[in-house]
Amino acid sequence: MKLTVLMILILGLSGCTSLGVKPWQRDLLAQPVMQLAENPIENGFDDHTYFSKEGASGGGSYAGGGCGCN
Amino acid sequence: MQLKSFANISLSLAVATSALTGVNAAETSPTIKVPDTWQFDAGLLIYAEADDQVQAIEGALSAKKNLDDERSIALKVVIDSLTGASPNGAVGQNQVQTFTRPSGNGSYTVTAGDTPLDDTFKDTRVALSAQYNQQLSRLWQYSGGGNLSKEYDYLSLAINSALARDFNNRNTTASLGFSYAFDIYEPEGGIPLAKASVSDAINRGGSDDSKQTLDVLAGITQVINRQTLMQFNYAHSKVSGYQTDPFKIVSIIDNNGWAQDYIYESRPDDRTKQSLFWRTKYMRQPSNQVLDVSYRYFWDDWGMTAHNIDTRWRFQLQDRHFIEPHLRYYNQQAVDFYRVYLNDGEVRAQHVTADYRLGEMQTYTFGLKYGFPIADNEFSIRLEYYLTRVTGDNSLAKGAGLSGIDLYPDKSAFMLQSFYRF
Repeated sequence: MKLTVLMILILGLSGCTSLGVKPWQRDLLAQPVMQLAENPIENGFDDHTYFSKEGASGGGSYAGGGCGCN
Repeated sequence: MQLKSFANISLSLAVATSALTGVNAAETSPTIKVPDTWQFDAGLLIYAEADDQVQAIEGALSAKKNLDDERSIALKVVIDSLTGASPNGAVGQNQVQTFTRPSGNGSYTVTAGDTPLDDTFKDTRVALSAQYNQQLSRLWQYSGGGNLSKEYDYLSLAINSALARDFNNRNTTASLGFSYAFDIYEPEGGIPLAKASVSDAINRGGSDDSKQTLDVLAGITQVINRQTLMQFNYAHSKVSGYQTDPFKIVSIIDNNGWAQDYIYESRPDDRTKQSLFWRTKYMRQPSNQVLDVSYRYFWDDWGMTAHNIDTRWRFQLQDRHFIEPHLRYYNQQAVDFYRVYLNDGEVRAQHVTADYRLGEMQTYTFGLKYGFPIADNEFSIRLEYYLTRVTGDNSLAKGAGLSGIDLYPDKSAFMLQSFYRF
């Protein structure tokens, strides 16, 4: 499994060279609404809820501890 | 006092990692202002479960400041308060049931046919976090931080660190981060002995126990084209130590469906969790609608697998108003040691839990957010409905004691959130 993930990451990186934009084409990507952590407070509330109520966690962020809500 | 915090300290870590991987866009942006003063985000969450179960209110305030062109710092404080009742793990019965409170002081009764709920659920939590980001060189960036979370009977301390590097004319960002957390659990009445009867004279061990969590998160963020950004993550989490819920019990059921006893649950001390995560943000033109879709596949060595899909679609209206529908679907398989109850007289395995959160279930979230400017700053409000459908083998509702009992009751909650950036 680890090898598969590593291969995906390496292939992903090498395949990425043909993708992308020039620096002057970043006008849309630069807007706040296109940032991955556009609203960290909202992300926090969502993760608190789902971490407390579901058996799986992490993926988009660290899965780790932090409360007694197991 | 029983603790059921709502908290997940890892949130600020997510922000840290996302900040790393999202750096290219911001750096080259002519539209993002780089504030030299503190920028604040405030939020309020009201969470209310149906049937007088968990009620929570949570406030959060974060502040971020660019120290100079290369360094920034972010601080966050979260305070939440919870009350209400929570399933104790026992199954409903066609007769009244009486349970001792987790603290050992007093008892509570459950009406025939009802799901047993422990009504001693009350706690307040305060969490603080600090995160530091620095551009190390033209292509390298570092982020590091710490978190502290304290409740009545729970303390969590965590540190994190991450490195990110840009490739392909800054269209690709690879990041690698870790987080280490140390948690101490000190439930009132002490730590229950694994699988001990709740009626045993001696069923408690030490006063506290702890666990350690090491997370590693590897990610790639890729600019696809002028309108599309894509993220891939692989997460590996190793948890060692006390992971049992000291407030959860399991019913011991005889051939006629009647509960003969209740025992404390027991979970393994080690758990390895892994997940693959994919996310895409796409801005339609010329409408400026933003579609944000993510999928996560999760698996662990307790036998759980889970899928979830999250979709948000932001529609830009006039005068900086917007609406954003939100749909989320989550599906998990039960862990290997989940049992809705144990049969009286059967040989008991080393570990057992009847906590529905480790059983088979699906959850659905339906939400709508509406945003508009106040004093030139963005304010938004979001209402969400969260439905949990617990599933399992219904033929286990056997005999006079369990006939007609819903062994897997659904749960639902409303969440009202508001946000303000200033």
